[in-house]
Amino acid sequence: MALYSDKVMDHFQNPRNVGKMEDADGIGEVGNAVCGDIMRMYIKVRDGIITDVKFITFGCGSAIASSSMATEMIKGKPIAEALELSNKAVAEALDGLPAHKLHCSVLAEEAVRAAVKDYYDKHGVAYDPAIFGCDSCAHGHDQAPGEA
Amino acid sequence: MYVYADNAATTALSPKALEAMLPYLQGEYGNASSLHSVGQRAAEALQKARDTVAEVIHADPKEIYFTGGGSEADNQAILSGAMAGARKGKKHLISTAFEHHAVLHTLKKLESQGFEVTLLDVHKNGVVSAEEVAAAIRPDTALVTIMFVNNEIGTIQPIGEIAKVCREKGVLFHTDAVQAVGHLPVDVQALGVDMLSMAAHKFHGPKGVGALYVRRGVPVVNVIEGGQQERGKRGGTENIAGIVGMAAALKEAVTDLEGHMAYVTGLREKLITGLTQIPHSCLNGDREKRVPGTVNLCFEGIEGEGLLLWLDAKGVAASSGSACTSGSLDPSHVLLALGLPHEIAHGSLRLSVDAWNTEEEVDHILQVVPEVVKYLRDMSPVWDELERGEATHLI
Ligand SMILES: Cc1ncc(COP(=O)(O)O)c(C=O)c1O
Ligand SMILES: [Zn+2]
Repeated sequence: MALYSDKVMDHFQNPRNVGKMEDADGIGEVGNAVCGDIMRMYIKVRDGIITDVKFITFGCGSAIASSSMATEMIKGKPIAEALELSNKAVAEALDGLPAHKLHCSVLAEEAVRAAVKDYYDKHGVAYDPAIFGCDSCAHGHDQAPGEA
Repeated sequence: MYVYADNAATTALSPKALEAMLPYLQGEYGNASSLHSVGQRAAEALQKARDTVAEVIHADPKEIYFTGGGSEADNQAILSGAMAGARKGKKHLISTAFEHHAVLHTLKKLESQGFEVTLLDVHKNGVVSAEEVAAAIRPDTALVTIMFVNNEIGTIQPIGEIAKVCREKGVLFHTDAVQAVGHLPVDVQALGVDMLSMAAHKFHGPKGVGALYVRRGVPVVNVIEGGQQERGKRGGTENIAGIVGMAAALKEAVTDLEGHMAYVTGLREKLITGLTQIPHSCLNGDREKRVPGTVNLCFEGIEGEGLLLWLDAKGVAASSGSACTSGSLDPSHVLLALGLPHEIAHGSLRLSVDAWNTEEEVDHILQVVPEVVKYLRDMSPVWDELERGEATHLI
């Protein structure tokens, strides 16, 4: 049995929207090198729509595939919809992830939110801070589901 | 080209070992404990295999106990040493921080049963010194257990010197030689060890078979209770085919051992020279004191699992001590024991070659690894920060 689904391997080996973005409207970075996974997501926003997304990721196959899938899932979508992206949806779109790898899809969800928050902050868009939860658990790696 | 460079994990079964095993998987199905001729032929094969293994490591056949692999041999050795000590009121055990889990977890279990464990520092180079062992020995020390060759980084420990110190102080000494036997000369008499573990699948024998050498006079405790097999010290009908395969593989591995060592060392040196040219990389473990075939490197700015998956796709089977590879949140305890920061330990790569590998295979590795490292660095936010001077290089 392979560790990863074909879909995960496809997104790992042919990551969509990979690379840096020079003129991003919002940039979100989550995770840390001590934990072993870091994702940085760049977004371009026009009239409340995410018109372009890019990512770079330091991490395992699952982290890279989740980043790639998350960018596909929010590209061309209104911000409000992007904020609803859940790690569960990312994992499902990848035809599942091994239980001990679910935390990597959590990072993808968090990277999207961090990028939107950065966009709001930089462009003076008012928002309810509660929608981004508390900062201290922004990377959530330690409390990741599936980790015993 | 697909290169198998993960021989420290396990090796391919040698055709000679397979050939030796086949009769015992087909017609010769006897139980070595049976009195009839079918059983006695199995008993004979078992004896011959025991003689071979004993001869290779310079032991007496009566000092060899076949086990179900390296882990079982480690468990049995440590439990035996601990119980022998406990009978005299000695409940202190000494080991190192970078042992295999078969050793560390057995020690942990004993700790929960009232033993005290001292784990020695392995330093930046992954080598302990006999002086440090001597300094750690107390009047109540029952056993010292230190691995011969570390499985992740390949460093060799001064086993002969440590054995001498232990003998002088009257303390039992066990060495987990799973990564050494078949790859380095191992002579239990010259070394002066009391117990030594080995596993067939690390030298082209079958999996699930190993042996424990126990010097005559050292009391052995059972891990598996049962019949009179292995002189009553390991119950269960013997795995004759596996044991015969182990002996055949060992004999083959040590035939021209020096020639093999020189050849494999050449391959390893080529790997080290080539791969340390990658900027911001480092070799883990002592440059000189290492087993011929094992190389462990760290590449800053990348994560090991991604590296392994790409290497596999490009035709190289290797391993890594990254957290994501192990399925835990921490990178390998071996790399952390060397004092490597987490960030660096995540980007580790272990390549383990042996006499079955070729120059061309090493060339393929040398071509593929730098490509993959570059690709992963180009998409790494950690590398980006380093490149832009927002973070400082650690290696
Ligand atoms: C140093 C060391 N000790 C013990 C073992 C365990 O051996 P086995 O897998 O045969 O139980 C291994 C290999 O996995 C090893 O490398
Ligand atoms: Zn991961």
